[in-house]
Amino acid sequence: MTLLQIEDLNVRHGLLHAVRDVTLKIDAGETIALVGANGGGKSTLLRAIAGAGPPPDGRIFLDGDDVTSTEAYGRVKLGISLVPEGRRLFPSLTVEENLMVADDRREGPWNMATVLEAFPILAEVRGRKAGNLSGGEQQATAIGRGLMSNPRVLLLDEVSLGLAPKVVDMLYASLQQVIQTGTTIVLVEQELDRAMSTASRVVCMLEGLVVLEGESRSLARDQVTDAFFSLPSQSGAGR
Amino acid sequence: MEYVNAIIQGILLGGLYALFGCGLSLMFGVMRIANLAHGDLAVLAAYMISVLVSALAISSYVALLIVLPLAAVVGWLLQRFILDRSLKSGELAPLLVTFGLAIVIQSMLLEIFSANTKSLSAGSLGTASWKIGTQISIPVFTLMVFVVAILVISGLQLFLSRARTGRAMRATADDADTAGLVGIDARAIYAKATAIAVATAALAGTFFAMRSTFEPSSGPTQLIFAFEVVVIGGLGSLWGTLIGGIVLGVTQTVAGQIDPSYSILAGHFMFLLILAFRPQGIISTQAARA
Repeated sequence: MTLLQIEDLNVRHGLLHAVRDVTLKIDAGETIALVGANGGGKSTLLRAIAGAGPPPDGRIFLDGDDVTSTEAYGRVKLGISLVPEGRRLFPSLTVEENLMVADDRREGPWNMATVLEAFPILAEVRGRKAGNLSGGEQQATAIGRGLMSNPRVLLLDEVSLGLAPKVVDMLYASLQQVIQTGTTIVLVEQELDRAMSTASRVVCMLEGLVVLEGESRSLARDQVTDAFFSLPSQSGAGR
Repeated sequence: MEYVNAIIQGILLGGLYALFGCGLSLMFGVMRIANLAHGDLAVLAAYMISVLVSALAISSYVALLIVLPLAAVVGWLLQRFILDRSLKSGELAPLLVTFGLAIVIQSMLLEIFSANTKSLSAGSLGTASWKIGTQISIPVFTLMVFVVAILVISGLQLFLSRARTGRAMRATADDADTAGLVGIDARAIYAKATAIAVATAALAGTFFAMRSTFEPSSGPTQLIFAFEVVVIGGLGSLWGTLIGGIVLGVTQTVAGQIDPSYSILAGHFMFLLILAFRPQGIISTQAARA
């Protein structure tokens, strides 16, 4: 069953054509990794799905409903949740308040207790201001905050950026629990190995175009790295 | 003993200034809007009450109960239909819009009510006072205003720290774009914040009109006091607003004790001193915001 459908999406940041004619279908329960070099349009695509950033051309459907013109807060209520790049926590709120503020009273497995259980490092810092956390704690809070609305689609932007490998391991271990609950996940991940081992499908973007798409187990790592650096004209998807 | 009396009067007067300041502080804290019409909205509320009092033959206090929710609605509409649009055009636009609104309100009041000074009756409370010894007398009305100010400020503080909407307000103040990503409708939050701010302005304006005279051009002076209170106390801190109000009030009454003509001027000097030597205000929230 298709949960999230993106049709001919184009996003422009002024003169920069960041996302070009992207069409994607994402099934319920799927975990998709968006990979590609910096500036490939991955984050912009993710933000467009969440309703942030410049208004895109094209259409976005959630479970068959057109959400293209729905504002970001409205999409959260429909079940789309973005964990933004750079965490973007509310610094003057405590960890607990950062979580509570995102509780949208949607039905689902996630609440304060289950989030703290899935991210054990948060339990001891729950009363601390989010501005005074380590990177890993901030990222865990950000993911937890994204879960509090019990999203149908969780969008994760650069979860591992700037974090120690050990911390990233721990975060991905927690993410496995989220995947197990059947939440659909779209993640942007720089680390290819981690992306391919976590996601069931990999979508590689280059200069705003989708240049390669396939099941992670049927794709060879070399194929993906080639797509990383190939010119759009060579991949056949360019124009 | 005269000075003890002056200090007590100053502290109590500080309550009124804090009431003026807290709405201004809330709007600036949540939306980064410096509402230059704050004082005029307060005076507008005083006029509304004076109209209700003479039309319905009710007391000022009953009229206040009618005007407070009206003021909240005015604030909500103001944000939704005027300030929201201006927020999209940068930081300067809302400032200019509220400046324009201030002039519109003043001119409108002048047109309808003329420049004559008015006053609201505070009832028997207005003249009652408690005597402590022979030298010190505490006016009951001023004490009541002080108590109301403390109740309003602690209520607001409680609302911001505990209530769902209050939490959302703080999150929106931190980062409005991200607030949208966690399901908060920033525009609705803004409208609620302005509704609360205008209601507190109406409350302050009414108390002000009960203790002294007012006229269509009274707003800007009250706005300046409100600004001074917020800056002295520290931007973004509600309890700082109360402390700022007390500092301003005490400075004015103590200077007034020396020479009544220096009262207002001394308050402005205190503001300048604080601005020069402790620009972050007495209670600084910079550390929490950074």
